[in-house]
Amino acid sequence: MLIRVENLSHTYIPGTPLARAALRDISLEIAPGERVGLAGRTGSGKSTLVQHIAGLLIPAAGRVLLDGIPAHARTARARAARLRIGLAFQHPEDQIFEQTVFREIAFGPRNLGLDKAEIAARVEWAINMVGLPSAMASRSPFTLSGGETRRVALASILAMRPQVLILDEPTAGLDPGGRRELIAHLRDWQCKTGSTLLMVSHSPDELACIVERVIVLDDGQLAADGRASDVLSNVALMSAAGLDVPQSVRLLCALRRSGWAVRTNLLLPEEALDEIIRARREAA
Amino acid sequence: MSAFIKIEGLEHSYPLDGGERIAALRGIDLTIERGEWVAIVGANGSGKTTLARHMNGLLLPTAGRVWVDGLLTSEPRDLWAVRQRVGMVFQNPDNQIVASTVEEDVAFGPENAALPSDEIKRRVDDALATVGLTEHRTRPPQMLSGGQRQLLAIAGVLAARPACLIFDEPASMLDPAHRYQVMDTIRRLNDEGLTIVLITQAMEEATAVRRILVMREGRIVMDDSPARVFQQGDQLREWGLDLPVAVEIARGLRRRGWRLPPDLATVEQLARALC
Amino acid sequence: MNLLLPGAYIAADSALHRLDPRVKLMAAFALMVLALVVHSLASLVFLTLFVIAIAILAAAPPMALLRTLGAIFWLGFLMFFFRLFTTPGQPLIVVGPLSVTREGLLVGATQIYRLCLLVILSTLLTFTTSPTQLAHGLEVLFKPLAQIGLPVREFALVLTIALRFAPALLDEIDKIGKAQRARGVQMDSRNPLRQAQSWSPLFVPIFVAAFRRADELATAMEARGFRGAQYRTRLHQLHLSRQDVLAALSILFISLVILIGERMT
Repeated sequence: MLIRVENLSHTYIPGTPLARAALRDISLEIAPGERVGLAGRTGSGKSTLVQHIAGLLIPAAGRVLLDGIPAHARTARARAARLRIGLAFQHPEDQIFEQTVFREIAFGPRNLGLDKAEIAARVEWAINMVGLPSAMASRSPFTLSGGETRRVALASILAMRPQVLILDEPTAGLDPGGRRELIAHLRDWQCKTGSTLLMVSHSPDELACIVERVIVLDDGQLAADGRASDVLSNVALMSAAGLDVPQSVRLLCALRRSGWAVRTNLLLPEEALDEIIRARREAA
Repeated sequence: MSAFIKIEGLEHSYPLDGGERIAALRGIDLTIERGEWVAIVGANGSGKTTLARHMNGLLLPTAGRVWVDGLLTSEPRDLWAVRQRVGMVFQNPDNQIVASTVEEDVAFGPENAALPSDEIKRRVDDALATVGLTEHRTRPPQMLSGGQRQLLAIAGVLAARPACLIFDEPASMLDPAHRYQVMDTIRRLNDEGLTIVLITQAMEEATAVRRILVMREGRIVMDDSPARVFQQGDQLREWGLDLPVAVEIARGLRRRGWRLPPDLATVEQLARALC
Repeated sequence: MNLLLPGAYIAADSALHRLDPRVKLMAAFALMVLALVVHSLASLVFLTLFVIAIAILAAAPPMALLRTLGAIFWLGFLMFFFRLFTTPGQPLIVVGPLSVTREGLLVGATQIYRLCLLVILSTLLTFTTSPTQLAHGLEVLFKPLAQIGLPVREFALVLTIALRFAPALLDEIDKIGKAQRARGVQMDSRNPLRQAQSWSPLFVPIFVAAFRRADELATAMEARGFRGAQYRTRLHQLHLSRQDVLAALSILFISLVILIGERMT
């Protein structure tokens, strides 16, 4: 699915003294299969932007097109396009309401009008995709741990086989082990399905593990849109937007300032390690 | 005694529907000195939150004993004195704010202690000044950012004039800028002499302390300085935890024969050591 | 918080804002009772003039006030319609078996007018008095009832907490609604069966979330030394100023004038 955002603007509570411009003139395009990160401080407009892309909000100005169809339109075609987008809000386990894990994951596919056999197959596939055992399908989601309910909620969205998966801080609240596993499962899913991934995150270290392109929002405006290695390593840009750079970048910048001949646009610890070794070897 | 918190043989289990019990804490022995700043880390379910809630009497031991400033938490008539001495700030900034305005919420603690009106006002003024929220005093909490709400929660706890503060993942729901603000405030409070217990999953936060307790399945499995804890990288990974990036890179370098000082935890320290 | 409810409190510094909430509560009550019991046209006019005077003192934007009447438009319309056809008297228009009477017109119009006065009075109250002040005023006014064992202070605390969390709960409802819509639930479907089906995915998560919130809040309150509402003192005490006494006396005076005027006509 091709996503086009053209001059999108959005104002909260317009016409009152509390009115606030949440998005100002945002334009961007996301091609099928891309892995995109969306970063920005709280209140920069990230959640508003993804809700527009999912067709849940009506633009005050500009438009959002999904395969050429306006995202928020009330036509059958627009609705079908919206259902090809999976959106996980922060703490998606808050939306759980069914009695069993099976029914919860099957909820989306049921709304898509699929037949029983297909639904069962999708539930089985989705449960395994998030690393949960098939036996979990008969349990009540309200008896599971936080990390498990998070995965159930994600499985319930993956079961709809979205062409675009939007995730708002998917690892918030998980412990380090849980975070690593979830990111690994997401990479695996994206690889297997070739779907588009749009991930909102505060953590540049985490984005560095999974996305290839990063969009930065600052006060409702587009502050950056480019390759992850370029954007996330741009210290001036990131700190102006209220964000950290990955720890590896901080280290390499500090070394560079002390005279080391190192590149600073390497985001992952392994990459920084190799770069430091290489620089020392070449200096010798 | 200079030990502010003393825990002996603490066990905590709670019953399930089937009649069996789940052991959340299996025998904890721990001493925290006055003015210390301790970090407790562990995977979800390791018992860190349960342990913290014993320190202010929110939970009572199934076995063993907990003393706070010489007071036994399981002694009913001392419970309120314990809660005055140990304040707790929770993870969700929203769900600990009771009142409709900033100053009214900070006043909640002193109001519970039935202090006279002018004393309450004094405490509110002091607490707001400490966290830097004085100019927001008449605003409703929903007009504050997440970070400011967490600072409000801290002010609310400070108004009771506690000797110790327990923070249960205080910054995990905040963005980086606000996280710094909160961690900075915590550091200042420790500098002023408050005993601090910080529960966190972000290993980067744990580098600021002098003592880390690692928990796993209801037990304390490590109790040492950050440097020595981080030396057990593989073990930590197995336990569901992470290493700070600087420590990971330092380990990688040491494995290749590089000589580096043993207690490196932050990017700044590593950069200095390499230059 | 992205929703601005009609009639919500707006912080300002008008004469009315500065009055003690107890005075405002009792004044609102007295005037609303008057609006319901007076019959003569003169009384209604007098009362209206007084309400306008209060609205000016409150520095309330007139358009916003009139907009709050929109909330009861349908109720008022139904009441008017009902009265038109059911009040016995001199028929004006006959439509088959039903007849619109002159009395019906009068009674219907008066009823709508009374309703409007009620809405405006309560809006003026909530415009100029913050939820905290309202809860505080109610608590102090009803305190004598605590002597006979009614949990007045507990109710006041529950009210304060409910008001504090109302915006957060609305946000939660909004978020869950959007999340379920994204999973294919049709919230605004014409089909009554689909409409009914869209309730469970909304209600269950919101209830669960509300209980979880309440549990966390109760824990935090306990940790902050809460042990029951009776033993607590307050940061702000309510004090009656000269303006409060003046306001109370003028309400009393106006009420007496109106009632006596009623008696005489």
